[in-house]
Amino acid sequence: MASSSSDQTFDVASLVEDYSLYRISQYVLVVLFIGFFLAPLETGLMTAFKTNRAVAETIPLMPPLAEGFTLDNMTFALDALSGAFFNSLFMAIPATIGSVLFGSMAAYGLTMVDWRGQLGVLVLFLVGIFLPYQAVLVPLARFWNNIFPLASMVEPIFVALPILQSYHANLVPLIITHIAYGIPICTILFRSYYQGLPTSYVEAAKIDGASITKIYRRIILPISKPMFGVVFIYQFTQIYNEFLFAFTLITGSDTPEAVVTLILPAVGASTSGVDFGIRMSAAFLAALPTLIIYVAFAEQFAKGLKTDA
Amino acid sequence: MGTTDTTESTKPRTEEVGWETKVRYFLNNDLVRSSPYWGIPFLLMGIAVYGGIGFNTAISLTDARGLGAPDYSLSNLDFEMYTQALGSSAFLSAAQNNLVLLIVFTTICLLLGLFLAILLDQGIRYNNTVQTIYLLPMALSFVITAQVWLWIYNYDFGLMNIITRAVGIGPVDWIGNPSIALGSVIFALIWQFSGYTMVVYLAGLRSLPDDQFEAAHVDGASTLKTYIRIIIPQMKEASVSAAVVLMVFALKAFTFLYALTGRYRPPNGTDILATLMVRQAFKLGKWAYSAAIATYLLILALGVIAPYLYYQYRQGSL
Repeated sequence: MASSSSDQTFDVASLVEDYSLYRISQYVLVVLFIGFFLAPLETGLMTAFKTNRAVAETIPLMPPLAEGFTLDNMTFALDALSGAFFNSLFMAIPATIGSVLFGSMAAYGLTMVDWRGQLGVLVLFLVGIFLPYQAVLVPLARFWNNIFPLASMVEPIFVALPILQSYHANLVPLIITHIAYGIPICTILFRSYYQGLPTSYVEAAKIDGASITKIYRRIILPISKPMFGVVFIYQFTQIYNEFLFAFTLITGSDTPEAVVTLILPAVGASTSGVDFGIRMSAAFLAALPTLIIYVAFAEQFAKGLKTDA
Repeated sequence: MGTTDTTESTKPRTEEVGWETKVRYFLNNDLVRSSPYWGIPFLLMGIAVYGGIGFNTAISLTDARGLGAPDYSLSNLDFEMYTQALGSSAFLSAAQNNLVLLIVFTTICLLLGLFLAILLDQGIRYNNTVQTIYLLPMALSFVITAQVWLWIYNYDFGLMNIITRAVGIGPVDWIGNPSIALGSVIFALIWQFSGYTMVVYLAGLRSLPDDQFEAAHVDGASTLKTYIRIIIPQMKEASVSAAVVLMVFALKAFTFLYALTGRYRPPNGTDILATLMVRQAFKLGKWAYSAAIATYLLILALGVIAPYLYYQYRQGSL
């Protein structure tokens, strides 16, 4: 008995020692990877505040020192991007609201109500998520430019509106495009949430004779508030960050209606090369809206990605 | 028998109708009444996705280029653009680059993501904060990360060359050298995406019951052995779904490459199908030809998605 118990204490002691060494190496790895993920962003941010001389003479990771510090890059970049910021938000907010609402409605129709052939419809939505957008770019350009020139049709309305300019009309096709192609992912995100809800509420309401619309408005909408947060954050980030549709539907980075992502690859470029102080400032400013949202709602963002998979 | 009569429920008539009819009536009614909910989004999405694909296929069969409208007359429709693409060396080298990108990027992202997930699953303190940091690049636009990496890979002052000089390799032209450029791009994309695979694996790891670990420990298995023999085999589903997302991304990756140069032509040696397609269409105006490349891309993407959806269907998780 005695020997066996001493054996055991010996084991535990060695285990603890092992464990702590093992533990230290784990934390070292964790910190190394924090460096791996943050270093590129850190060099960008530091460079944004450096004078051209400091950019050339100091290590990118180092913060700008007394003489090397400048805000000129930032003010230049802010000036170059300010109009584009408005365009991006003017485009991304309605597009997000539209695709999220449609997604919730579609998911409700596809989960809360049983009917045959649902699986087929669902698969069509799923393929829509993975569609390489290149497969619809040429038709998209033709549709909005030649077949249904919505932008020039709504232009008179935009001239009459306050704050907005006539060129903002060119963002309307982009908004509709984002809504249409955003529906599949929003639908699947909401569907995974609705499937986890207890069916008893809906069944009870059905027996009470509540209509489909009433069930949606009185029961489903209130209980899906947290999911609306998740999908909204996810979708806003996607649309704000998106490039290819904007690139296809808006004629160039020098047009007044260009969004942030469209302008960024051209900011600070000249015949002599890229001015990285300005470029990094612009990149930081462009990232700011999504960074704020990400830091504030990291959990929701991760959840959106998880359900996506 | 008018079905409207039954809803008005005069007693003798409802008794005449069997319960099966009633149930079916109820379901049909639900289907009809729920249709505005799924129907409107479905219609909008259907026109955009499937209408777009159909339109694209139609254009790809014509010879449309330049400013003129495509000629859809039957005599004009053929697969010429598809055969022309297969015979073009630019297309073949883009396809080859795309394949390298797809395989290397997906494999390393999965391995690194799995490693990070296991690391964070060891009861690390502040593991939520760490997870947020690892996932941060994923919240940024490819346009933004491309600018950041352009600076890191900068020949004269970039961080990479400061490191290579310090270890005595000397400066490397990360993006300008065609034989390295694709590797540099893949490395940057791994940086951006491995946080994502980590999150997917973490979700998988956390859904496993704890007692598997305890049982393995009681049996005297080491942690490493437990992971290799017991835990990782159960990550199959997480691996498959993450791999599908990564592979489809690798097929359609365009933004990062475009944003590196700000021009239609990405760095030499990194041209993939997506960049080739966009260049052929919007720079050169070869609508039919680019539509054909887009169809090839779509077929490749479907080749990844279809088995996945079938697998999900077989698993009953659709």
